[in-house]
Amino acid sequence: MEYLIIIISAVFVNNVVLSQFLGICPFLGVSKKVSTAFGMSLALVLVMGLATLVTYLIQNYVLINTWFGEKMDITFMQTIVFILVIAALVQMVEIILKKINPSLYQALGIFLPLITTNCAVLGASILVVTKEFAAKGVESHMMNLGESVVYSMSLAIGFGIAIILFAGMREQLELSNVPKALKGTPIALITAGLLALAFMGFQGIV
Amino acid sequence: MSKFKYLIDGIVKNNPTFVLVLGMCPTLATTTSAVNGMGMGLATMAVLLCSNMVISLLAPVIPNKVRIPCYIVVIAAFVTVVQLVMQAFTPGLYETLGIFIPLIVVNCIVLGRAEAFANKHSVGESALDGLGIGIGFTLALTCIGLIREILGNLSVFENKFSSSDGMLVFVLAPGAFLVLGYLMVLFNKLKDRKKKA
Repeated sequence: MEYLIIIISAVFVNNVVLSQFLGICPFLGVSKKVSTAFGMSLALVLVMGLATLVTYLIQNYVLINTWFGEKMDITFMQTIVFILVIAALVQMVEIILKKINPSLYQALGIFLPLITTNCAVLGASILVVTKEFAAKGVESHMMNLGESVVYSMSLAIGFGIAIILFAGMREQLELSNVPKALKGTPIALITAGLLALAFMGFQGIV
Repeated sequence: MSKFKYLIDGIVKNNPTFVLVLGMCPTLATTTSAVNGMGMGLATMAVLLCSNMVISLLAPVIPNKVRIPCYIVVIAAFVTVVQLVMQAFTPGLYETLGIFIPLIVVNCIVLGRAEAFANKHSVGESALDGLGIGIGFTLALTCIGLIREILGNLSVFENKFSSSDGMLVFVLAPGAFLVLGYLMVLFNKLKDRKKKA
């Protein structure tokens, strides 16, 4: 039940793009076609799950731990450590995927390097270890490993839903007659604004 | 004189928000008020200035193949510095900006300038470029923040000019997209008119 609340909260209520503003760059950049948007979100679910798994363990067993007989809290190194780990992880996923599943690599490969600079990955990894999870009917608490991974994968799914909806709209926009000054990014932003307005309707569910 | 071109370029011709469309996440997320926007802009400017200078010094020594990870480490180090400084001196702002301070690391503007400018130019030029782009970013964020604050909260730099409620939607998520979208339309329109004249 608790996991269900976490999933709904992450996918709809706190949608990563439309209410938390993480990963706007790929949201605007790779949303011209539904098929590429789908590939991107699939790759993101994989990477965000893995990244959170690894960074959660690093946060709780490396940055906060007893070293040399002394209890140490070096969480100020968080930013540097996490971004390096994520960059290395993405490279590794790319190499492994190429070896064991070439067809999946063909589908996701081009999106993987882009993901390192997707702030949703770093954002989610920092969020789950620093912020408490709060929702209706659940006592607010720090998430454990399982909840963290589920939470950030749900964030990625939320990203997927938002970007696929958005790509569908942009495909239609291509065909319509848009005033010259609005062409390109401005009309995309305004469309995203309206989509965000629609997603605000989910507020208060959990 | 010619050196100052780098500074001015960053503010107008290469404006990171309206022309290059980079660093959209902090632009949309932190501009709920003019003060927040300005705080984010200044924090980014500090990182950009320092990382540009250090990277332009290190560029000749860094092997070409590993340059991106090296740049990221330099940037992340300065972000941590800014983070700790803000936590100490402006705890209120630090709380409001929250996760977006560590996320300066993945702000495409900073890495973009390192890759496109700092590794080919001298320290002085890189510093001016960092300053220019930083000012351009700060101005854009303050401007968006100001508009959202006026429409959404009926206040200017946190001084309320009317006791009634504003249009709350402009402070919430959708307002960010709409305000930035329409500002870009205005920017395009002005640029077009200038071209015609």
